[in-house]
Amino acid sequence: MSVGHVVIVGAGQGGFQAAASLRTEGHGGPITLIGAEPGLPYQRPPLSKAYLKSGEEEALQLRPASFFEKNCIDLMPETRIEGIDRTAARITACGRNIAYDHLVLATGTRNLRPPIPGLERALDLRTLADARKLRDALPGKRRVAVIGGGFIGLEFAAVARRLGHEVTVAEAAPRLMSRAVSPEISTRFLAMHRGLGVDIRLGSAVTEVTDEGIALTDGAFVDADLVLLAAGVVPNIELATEAGLATANGVVTDARLLTSDPAISALGDCAVFPLTGSGRLVRLESVQAATDHARTIAKRLVGDREVAYTAVPWFWSDQADWKLQIAGLADPSDESVSRDDGAVLRFADGVLTAVETVNDAKAHMQARKLLAGGASARRDSLAERDYDLAMV
Amino acid sequence: MVKVTFIHSDGREETVDGRVGDSVMATALANDVEGIVGECGGSMMCATCHCYVDDGWSERSGDRMDGEEDMLDCAASELRPTSRLSCQIKLSEGLSGLVVYLPEAQL
Repeated sequence: MSVGHVVIVGAGQGGFQAAASLRTEGHGGPITLIGAEPGLPYQRPPLSKAYLKSGEEEALQLRPASFFEKNCIDLMPETRIEGIDRTAARITACGRNIAYDHLVLATGTRNLRPPIPGLERALDLRTLADARKLRDALPGKRRVAVIGGGFIGLEFAAVARRLGHEVTVAEAAPRLMSRAVSPEISTRFLAMHRGLGVDIRLGSAVTEVTDEGIALTDGAFVDADLVLLAAGVVPNIELATEAGLATANGVVTDARLLTSDPAISALGDCAVFPLTGSGRLVRLESVQAATDHARTIAKRLVGDREVAYTAVPWFWSDQADWKLQIAGLADPSDESVSRDDGAVLRFADGVLTAVETVNDAKAHMQARKLLAGGASARRDSLAERDYDLAMV
Repeated sequence: MVKVTFIHSDGREETVDGRVGDSVMATALANDVEGIVGECGGSMMCATCHCYVDDGWSERSGDRMDGEEDMLDCAASELRPTSRLSCQIKLSEGLSGLVVYLPEAQL
């Protein structure tokens, strides 16, 4: 069965993977991959890590130009979609109509810009253009302030500190990475960053950004020569909403990643989908979700209509010499149990939801296997074996 | 330039030029060599750049890194004594001529 012309909106890692996987799965029809940014699709995770240090842009590319030619993927960079006409099954870009047989929304996210006076002075770290600008601006800026103590803000803080800058991180929540990790892991990372000399202000929302620095809710003023905004992201759902698709905190899909229109799928950071097991609607910001979603969609489009997305989510963050690894997905309110070796197990209603580890690939991989095992891992049976995660 | 030869599971050979300091994984991707996925971009979070180092090169390409073995345990294809994550093999002048075999599947 041929699905015809597949149009993918968004040429990030997920959109790229959808195009590549359609070919791997044997799709012979045309593929159009449309991206708002210039150039070839690239990886975002290194932007806040290796790229800041090396500045090597070529290393970020997912594939060379020859890949797109060889696989007959029509890449349209620097192209913004103006609208989706679902009745006519076409999109409009640059005043031109492009008809689709299936549309994949891989529009990703953009930086959340809270209504803080003077915030236009703050730099972003989301796209390659942002990272380039930040990298160019850093030399000579002695004092650096970061708005947001999440993964990106802390990864950047660690790099900037190592480069010799005086770094302050202002986090509005009472602990670091509070959406993503347990209080135990937050505490350990707080100590690590403070040990590096990073000045971390918790419970400190930013009230104003000026040419001299940032003002905090507690009345303090942090002098800064450069301010980075890393306060989270918002999904790009406007196209979907305007087209009348179901949206929430993302484009709503079923377990197969189909939207409320059977001719439109959504994937990656912009998609909200039911998590296997709990059925809870979630939106994940990770390379793994984006690429696994893309493969799931490609498989469905090329043949097996029933294929559902069931992969165990995983995340990582490199901060200084610490690699934080998370297997599974916990709610911030899930209980935590710390093992003697530092691994933190998260539980909801007595069932394992996630495992957080630092520099412990073995436990991380055990957790991924255990969580993928189907049968839920219960707290009481894990406790009986000292929370050993090895499959029995 | 450092020559690297990739031998596919069907026996097809591809020799490409790599740069000193780049990983074998990055070299494969930059030269559009099929059979290396490199999903996590070399962060040792997946095992989709699995390769088998040719016996003649296994000593020179070095030992597995910390944690590499745990990731290899999850590789989609058979694990062998010569299995490596190609993102963890960095090219040097001494590795010119390196030969690696690609597994049947990475996912």
